[in-house]
Amino acid sequence: MAESRVHLATDRLTAMYGKFTAVKDVSLTFTANTVNALIGPSGCGKSTYLRTLNRMHELVDGGWITGKVLLDGEDVYAPKVSPMQLRRRIGMVFQKPTPFPTMSIYDNVAAGLRLERRVSRAELDEVVERSLRQSALWDEVKDRLKASAMALSGGQQQRLCIARTIAPRPEVILLDEPTASLDPGGTQRIEELVFELKREFTIVIVTHNMQQAARVSDTTTFFYMGSMIETGPTRQIFTRPAQEQTEAYITGRFG
Amino acid sequence: MNRRVFRRVKSNAMVGLMVVAVVLAVLPLLFILLNLVAKGAGSLSVAFFTREPVPAGETGGGVLHAIVGTLLIVGGASLIGLPVGIAAGVYCAEYTGSRLAKATRFLADVMNGTPSIVVGVFAWTLIVARQKHFSALAGSCALAMLMIPMVLRTTEELIRLVPNSLREAALALGYPRWRTSLGVVVRTALPGIVTGSLLAVARVAGETAPLLFTALGSQYLSYRLNEPMAALPLTVYTYAIGPYEEWHQYAWATALVLILVVLVLSLAARLATRRRFTANG
Repeated sequence: MAESRVHLATDRLTAMYGKFTAVKDVSLTFTANTVNALIGPSGCGKSTYLRTLNRMHELVDGGWITGKVLLDGEDVYAPKVSPMQLRRRIGMVFQKPTPFPTMSIYDNVAAGLRLERRVSRAELDEVVERSLRQSALWDEVKDRLKASAMALSGGQQQRLCIARTIAPRPEVILLDEPTASLDPGGTQRIEELVFELKREFTIVIVTHNMQQAARVSDTTTFFYMGSMIETGPTRQIFTRPAQEQTEAYITGRFG
Repeated sequence: MNRRVFRRVKSNAMVGLMVVAVVLAVLPLLFILLNLVAKGAGSLSVAFFTREPVPAGETGGGVLHAIVGTLLIVGGASLIGLPVGIAAGVYCAEYTGSRLAKATRFLADVMNGTPSIVVGVFAWTLIVARQKHFSALAGSCALAMLMIPMVLRTTEELIRLVPNSLREAALALGYPRWRTSLGVVVRTALPGIVTGSLLAVARVAGETAPLLFTALGSQYLSYRLNEPMAALPLTVYTYAIGPYEEWHQYAWATALVLILVVLVLSLAARLATRRRFTANG
């Protein structure tokens, strides 16, 4: 790793749904330009943890947190921080592809850019093309940018969502099981993409798929029952885990 | 083998029952339409659309006054009813759990079941009795009162069909809440909302009872919203209960015109909202 600047971190983060504690007291750091995998069985709190990072968790009824989320050392839950501005710096891609059905492929990619200011046509064209190239979708859609985004296959839709997320140039990208609804081909393309994207972005990816975590990530964190059990370089977690629970999970004995 | 035959027979029988139900549902509509055409088409002519009525006994004349009246009254009702109904529907869908939304939803359901003549009498006491004269505007208000709960409930249901994942995607992109609601959620539900609004417009265009106490009806072409005005359903009613055989013919023809007007309105609105991916917004 060329530099090891801490880009995103949580400090004793606890996330609640009403009285139910979904994430307990998690402190983690994410270095700039790395891919960080969060693994663990269903309901372990890894998705909830991910959603606290860009303040999506608070949108759920009864969702609240204690502790801190620090982006470049600044608390994203500070009163002066606007969640909307924050989410433009921390983009997110979901489990199921979510292209906006009323918009064309082009407008989907441009959606985030048009939010902040008037963008010139030429600039928009340029950003849309660059984002689609970066998400490895350009060659498949360049002749039908005006077509409905719903005409694309599931895998293409997911790459479109990645293009939409990176178009406004966020700093961090959160991926919530981005390949869970894709076939092996689509999954492979997304994984290759993740590898490419880390040159520019810091990535946190939630995955159910252990091989995926091993393939794409630099660090891996194991969650169980809302607690962070173990974190470390991916190679170390998968070859010499320190905790017995981690080893049991990655070898498939539970979860 | 036997089981398979039995299953196939059962399946066909069920499909058969459904087809019978569809036929039963469509048949009365077809009969009404055929009957209208059979009895009304004979009296239709260009003059019927372009001229005002002539005194009883003379031949010729038309229902231009009623066509204009219906367009004005229903247009006015739509201007009031559609924005209020759609906005309230969006509110109820976006703030589903709030007490106001629950109360509104309940009231809308009650209103949807209220006979339209009650709405007419209500509009009469509220507007006509106070102004001491009948008016087209009072008619528009009565029809708007009928439209609002219909439009509200369809809008709400259609917005709730939009998957939550879409809302989250927009919010995660940094959309403010209002823009998420209008730019993504409502926009996704828009074709359905347009259809629902059209149905409401078509339904109130055929209402007679609320207009009896408000717009009253008239034999003359008028564009003044503050005065009594003719409307197609009122004209059908007047002609149908009239003493002359010729008037009865006109009643059929006017009813046919009413259906044509609603048809043209629906087609126009459909065409206006169809183009979606060529326009680059």
